[in-house]
Parts: sequence; C-alpha cells; structure tokens
Amino acid sequence: MSAELIPLDYATLRVLWWAILGFLLIGFGVLGGADLGVGALLPFVARHDAERRVAINAIGPTWEGNQVWFVLGGGAVFAAWPQVYAASFSVFYSVMLVLLLALILRPVGFDYRNKLRNARWRAVWDVCLTIGGGVPAFLFGAAFGNLLQGVPFRLDETMRLSYEGSILGLLNPFALLCGLVSLAMLVMHGGMYLVMKTGGPVRERARSAVRWSSCVLIMLFGFGGVCALFWIKGYVITGTIDFGGPSNPLAKAVSRSLGAWYTNYAEHGWLLAAPGLAFGGAILGFVLATFRRGAIGIWFTAASVAGVIATAGISMFPFILPSRLHPQSSLTVWDASSSPLTLFMMLAAVVLLMPVVLIYTGWVLRLMRGRIDEKYVRENADALY
Amino acid sequence: MIDFDVVGLSRLQFGLTAMYHFLFVPLTIGLSVLMAIMETVYVMTGREVWREATRFWGKLFGINFAMGVATGITMEFQFGTNWAYYSHYVGDVFGVPLAIEGMMAFFLESTFIGVFFFGWNRLSRRKHLAVTWLVALGANLSALWILIANAWMHNPVGAKFSYETMRMELTSLWEVFFNPVAQAKFVHTVSACYVTGAVFVLSISAYYLLRNRHTDFARCSMVVASSFGLASALSVAVLGDESGYALTDHQKMKLAAIEGMWETEKAPAAFTVFGWPDEKTQTTKWAVRVPYVLGIIATRSLNEELPGIKQQLVRVEAHIRDGIEALKALRVLRKDKTNVEARLIFEKHGRYMGYALLLRRHVADPATANADQIKLAARDTVPAVLPLFWAFRFMVGIGFYLIFLFAWAFIETTRRRYGGRIFRWIALASLPLPWFASELGWFVAEHGRQPWVIEGLLPTFMGASAVPLANVIVSLVAFILFYSTLLVVDLFLMVKYVRIGPAPPDGRRRLLAKPERVTERLDGTPEPAE
Repeated sequence: MSAELIPLDYATLRVLWWAILGFLLIGFGVLGGADLGVGALLPFVARHDAERRVAINAIGPTWEGNQVWFVLGGGAVFAAWPQVYAASFSVFYSVMLVLLLALILRPVGFDYRNKLRNARWRAVWDVCLTIGGGVPAFLFGAAFGNLLQGVPFRLDETMRLSYEGSILGLLNPFALLCGLVSLAMLVMHGGMYLVMKTGGPVRERARSAVRWSSCVLIMLFGFGGVCALFWIKGYVITGTIDFGGPSNPLAKAVSRSLGAWYTNYAEHGWLLAAPGLAFGGAILGFVLATFRRGAIGIWFTAASVAGVIATAGISMFPFILPSRLHPQSSLTVWDASSSPLTLFMMLAAVVLLMPVVLIYTGWVLRLMRGRIDEKYVRENADALY
Repeated sequence: MIDFDVVGLSRLQFGLTAMYHFLFVPLTIGLSVLMAIMETVYVMTGREVWREATRFWGKLFGINFAMGVATGITMEFQFGTNWAYYSHYVGDVFGVPLAIEGMMAFFLESTFIGVFFFGWNRLSRRKHLAVTWLVALGANLSALWILIANAWMHNPVGAKFSYETMRMELTSLWEVFFNPVAQAKFVHTVSACYVTGAVFVLSISAYYLLRNRHTDFARCSMVVASSFGLASALSVAVLGDESGYALTDHQKMKLAAIEGMWETEKAPAAFTVFGWPDEKTQTTKWAVRVPYVLGIIATRSLNEELPGIKQQLVRVEAHIRDGIEALKALRVLRKDKTNVEARLIFEKHGRYMGYALLLRRHVADPATANADQIKLAARDTVPAVLPLFWAFRFMVGIGFYLIFLFAWAFIETTRRRYGGRIFRWIALASLPLPWFASELGWFVAEHGRQPWVIEGLLPTFMGASAVPLANVIVSLVAFILFYSTLLVVDLFLMVKYVRIGPAPPDGRRRLLAKPERVTERLDGTPEPAE
C-alpha cells in the first residue's frame, strides 16, 4: 500500500493516535491499575496467609492479561511515537530501572508464592508483591508530574538526544505530589475491586481503604490543579504549526507560561468533563464503598481513574513530552509521530484486533466472576495461587 | 559525542538480558504445544493420566512462564532506555511488529494463561482444551512477530530513509511481514523451541522411569515427546536458517565468518567441518573440508560461488565511499530541501549512508575521512571469526545429536520398551543441550550481525542512548543480581516440583498434593482437617 492511498489525512491520524495512546493508558489504569492497587494494599487488608490468599486470588486469574495493557502501551508508543519512546525512557533511565525491577517482582511473586508451604517464603513474596504494586503505582504518577513540568532533554540536528539533570531532579515536590495522586487513585480502585470480589475481613478493610484513599485523591488531585494554575508553567506552541508536515520537532517555536495547561479547558469548556469525572467518580466511589456496593462502585472508581489520566493528557495537548531544557525540542502530537503509512497500518491493526481482545477479556472476567473468601481458598487450595 | 563505554555496557546488558530471556522462552513455547497435544489426547480418550500429564507439565510451564515475562518486559523497554537513537531511527518500522505482537499474541497468551490454570473446574473439557490451544497459539504468534522484528534488523526491507525526519520510514508492511529472513528465522527458531520442550519432557520422563516412579505417566509423556521431538529436530536442521545467510550483503559476510572463509569459494562451495581460523594471518589452519555441502546449504545450488571475507571487504570500501557522498548530499538537503542535485545524489547513494556512519569510530566527521580510515572502517564489518566459527559448529553438533537422540527415543517408544537404563541416563544427561544450542544460535545470529544494529543502515554504536555511564553500570549490575537470584529460585522450584512429580489420578491426589509438612503455622487458625 502506498502513502497516497491512505483515506485519512496526517493530522487526523495523529490525533487518533494520541487518543489511542490515551485509551491504552486508561485501559492499563483501569484493569492493571486495580491489580497494582491490590498489591499495594496487600499487607494492610490481609493480615495472615489465608487472608492474603483471598486478596491475591481475587486478581490471580486476570492480572497477567491486564499487565499486557502496559506492555502494549510501550509497543504502541514505540511504533506510533518513536521519538517519545526514545526520549521518555532514556530521560527517565533511573526511574525506568526501578519501575522494571518492581514490575519483574510481580510475575514471579504471584506464581512462586504458593509453591512452598513455608511462612517465611511466603512473607518474602508478599513483600515483593507489595513493592511490585505500590512502587509502579507511585512512579507512573511521578512520571506524569515530570511531563507536566517538562523534562531535561534536547535534540540536535540529527535528532540525537542529550540530557542534563539527575534522578533527584526527577523526584521534585510536584512529581512527588503526582506520584501520590496516582498511588491514592489506584489504591482506591484496587480497594473497590476487593470490595466487589472478596468477602470477610479483607473486604471490610478494603472498604475503609477505599474511603480514605478517595478522600486523599480528591484533595491531592485538587491541589495538583491549583499548582498547575499558580506554580507550574505550561507550554505553548507559538507561530504557525504544520499539522500535517513531516515529524521534525525542531521546526516549531515554544514558549512557557503560567496557566498554559488550562488553555484547552478555557477554549473548550466541555473538556472539563475529564476532571469532573475524576472528582465525581471518587466521590461516588466513597459513597458506594460506604454501602459496600463494590459491583457498582468499581465502575465509578474506574471512571475516576479514566478522568485523572484524561485530565493530564488534555491539559498538555498537543504536547506529549515537553522539554524544560530546550522548549523547542518538545515533542508534540504534530511533530513526533510516525509516518502516515505506519500510523494508518497500526490504526487498522488496532481496529481489527482490539475489539477481539476486549471480547475475550470480557469473557474471561465473566468466567472468573464470583466472590472469593477464606472458605473458597480452603476448598480450592491446590488450584489457586 | 559517542561514549564507547556506554555503548559497550549497553550491548552487554542487552545481550545478557536477551540470553536470560531465551533461557525461558523456548521452554514456554515448546511446552505450550506439548501440553495442548497431551490435553487433546485427554479429551479424545478420556484417560485421567493425560489430564494429570497436562497439569503437571503445566505447573512447570507456569514456573518458567513467570520468568519469561519477568525478563521479556526488560527486553522491550531497553530499546527506549539504552537505544534511544535506534528507537528514533527505526521505530517507524521496527515498532510495528512489536506493537502487533502485543495486540495479537501477548494479550492472547497472557489472558488465557489465567484460565488455563484457574479454569479447570469452571469449563467443560472441550472448552478448556480450546483455552490451552489458544495459549499455545499466543506463544507461537508472539515468536512470529518478534522474529519478524528481529529479521528486519538483519534484512531491512520495506522501508526508506527520510531526510526530512532523519529516520527510516515504512514503505510496505507486506514486505516487512514476508521478509524471507523472517520466514527462515521463524521456522528455525520455533522448531528449536519445540525441541527444547521435547527434550525437557523426554529427560524428566526418563528420570521417572529410572526411579521407577510415575511410570504410566512417564511413558505417555515420552511417547508424545519422542515423536514431536523427532519431527521438530529434523525441521530445525533441514530448515536451518543458514539458507537466509546468502541473501544480503552482511549476511554473506557473516556466512564467510562462520565458515572461516577468507577467500572466495568457487562453486560448489566446500564446507569446513573443522579448523582453526586465525584472524592475524587471515587463514584457517588445519581445515577439514567436505566438498559441495556449503554450496547446497547456503545457496541451494551447485553453481553459485560464495565470496570470501577479503573479497567482500573490497565491496564494503566502495559502499563506504558511496555513503560519504550520500552524507554530504544529506547535509545540503537538510539546509535546502529544494536542491535537485543533492537529491539526485542522495537517491543514488542514500542506501549506503550507514556505511559512512561506520567511520564515526575513526574520525569525527565521516565526510573528511581518508583512505586509511576507510580501510579501518571496512575492517570493522568483519565479525569475530573464531567465536562464530566454533559457536556455529557446537550448535550444529548439538542439533544433529538431538536428531539421533529422538530417533532412538522414537524407536524405543514405538516398540513399547521406553529405553533401557543406558538410554534413560543418556536422555536425562541431554537435558541442558537444547539451551546451549539456542544460546549459541543467538550468539551466532546477533554477534555475527555486528558492527550493525540494523544491517547496512545503522552501526550499533550509533544506536545507543547518550545516558551517563554510571546509570548503565548500576542497571547492568542490578539486572545481573536480580535475574541470577530469580534464576536460582526458578531452578530450585523446577527441581522441587519434578521431584514431587505428577499427582496420581483421583483418590490419592490429596495426599501427594501436600508434599511438605507445614514448617510454621501460616495463620492463626489450626490446619483444617483433610
């Protein structure tokens, strides 16, 4: 297929791929995020082995598939936004290392924990699962916190990246705040999943976790919005933009100003639905957790997760990876994408394959439905994690 | 500028994590198909022993799969962390098969693997069988897409350099997908994975027969392993991917290095079975040669000649000179897109621009290179001959030995004898061999690709991120410590569960399913009575 035959123009393809990236991130936040939240909550909602097995087996059959959203997100950025992939992962080298090491603990933690009936063995894997849930939940937010401020890289004429700054620069106060927002958000969502999926004391403790984490989320997320208004400078493209031009980040001019991250909301008021969803979902999550309505509540905490991620994405649009060091090098929707043919081929793959993925994921979630409690774990001990 | 220490350590890190990854992948792929076959027999015959076999090998599969995932994530993200310029330069093409792999294969495998383990009581026999086959399908499709991506690094078809974006861009997904190197690699690699799974099942079954334990189960497993293994081992050898080596320029260089072939071989080329390549004198000492064989393997013909290393260097030098012209034209084009003369030069020589980049190791600006520097850069395209020569021969040796082993096993099982003590000991001792062969095979393929990361387009040292050296040292040490620890745990669990063995059908299962005494009370409540 040649480039002339593509039925969509380049600018449309770019916006669609920005939306698909958001869809994949939200997919991971909603499905994989609940598993991370459960991991982070593990020692707090489950005190001894039987309870821990309740919590772990609530996500046992599905966490593996859910994590693929993250892997696919990485692959999709690689294919659709190659320079974003290159810049973000190498700028965040140390953070990525910690993130990878934490994520590595999960597959082995889940699978190896029940393989020995030794209390110390299991305690070690419980720590691993807690780290493997909590640390990524925090780091994803911290990474977004850095994106919102811009990260320290520049591009040279051959599009080679160079960096300044250290890991300490990446863990600045605003990044820590965003890390806590995402941790609270996923703890709330994971907690609601446990309210829906488990019974007994685990469910009761998860219920109280949802209640306080949703309050923390509402406060910190609101405070983040205040920071973006008064302290965190946003980025704006100045001058003319070639929406359908070849991807060359250095062809534009960029300035920084306070409140720039509010521009999109000021121009299109309906976009405020995203932060509205974040707050509303969390509030209803709190209420529904109070009444132990996990099966309905999970939809609202999921909406809150989607709202938080969408808020960050929309605030920055069209920026994907702003550069603090050299704003002109910032990567945006209009100048960091793959070629039109790649975007179109990948779009075709998404349209053909993702509905199938959603259908069988739904089938598996339905197949594995039902509440898990200590009695269930006891009766199926050999067949579970 | 380019820090060669960072490049070296990044290469070491990628190589090591890839080799860790491939300790687990072949067994995952091989066992997934073997499990699906065994479960099919269970559904067809209804005999419980086949269900226990599926579950037992499934348990070992699960222990191994966890490590495959733990090492695989690192592989994907290292492209971004350590090979940022590579990611920018080829992401438009290389990222596509990786992303499709995620959507088409990894999702399938990972979603249904949970159902495989937890769905025994929730699904009918047939439905569970379908799930097992979907897991196997996912594992195999995953290999297909990853190898398409890998093959593109060896034979970058369906793409073109764009001077406006300074990167390779896709021109035809069709060509990338039907890359002949990808096809050769897929069949060869996946067959090798099947062999690994089959050797694993064969060896452990032989172990049970030696110990006179679980004999019914072991015989059943051995029947499947020997027939499946024999077919796969033959496929690995017959469809070996040396056939792909005759295709492209650098593959020819690799082939010459593997064969220690310093001078051009007149058709039909002879195969050097044994010898000692000497890089200093550029000769292969004590060579023992079999006529015709190499010509048949590499060109599938008796009338094509194969160029030797020395002759190929002449061609490489010409490419470097063309590449310098392309690089100069590119610089003009970057300043003035409308310059027709520069565009014509670039269109003529552009495909050799990567060769000029090889000069960056010897001179800051390739456009100013002199004849000596061009000679040095050309010499860089010769991979290390001695290790490739021997790694290849060990791999092939193991491959042929395994054909022999499976043929023997096949005869034993068809005669319903399942081997005597000698056969069983040999089968058990052969357990590590497919792993050696796989790792050697990757070494030959990827070390032989050097100095290129994308053959002919981008030298490896150009692809690395400009991250601080300290970061790479820390991550390298962290990965080695992490993965080595987890590997020990993985092996410990594998051995432990092999020792425990499969649960016997029905009644006695509960007794054996709790092989250990609880060393400490796990919770506050007394152990429930069985």
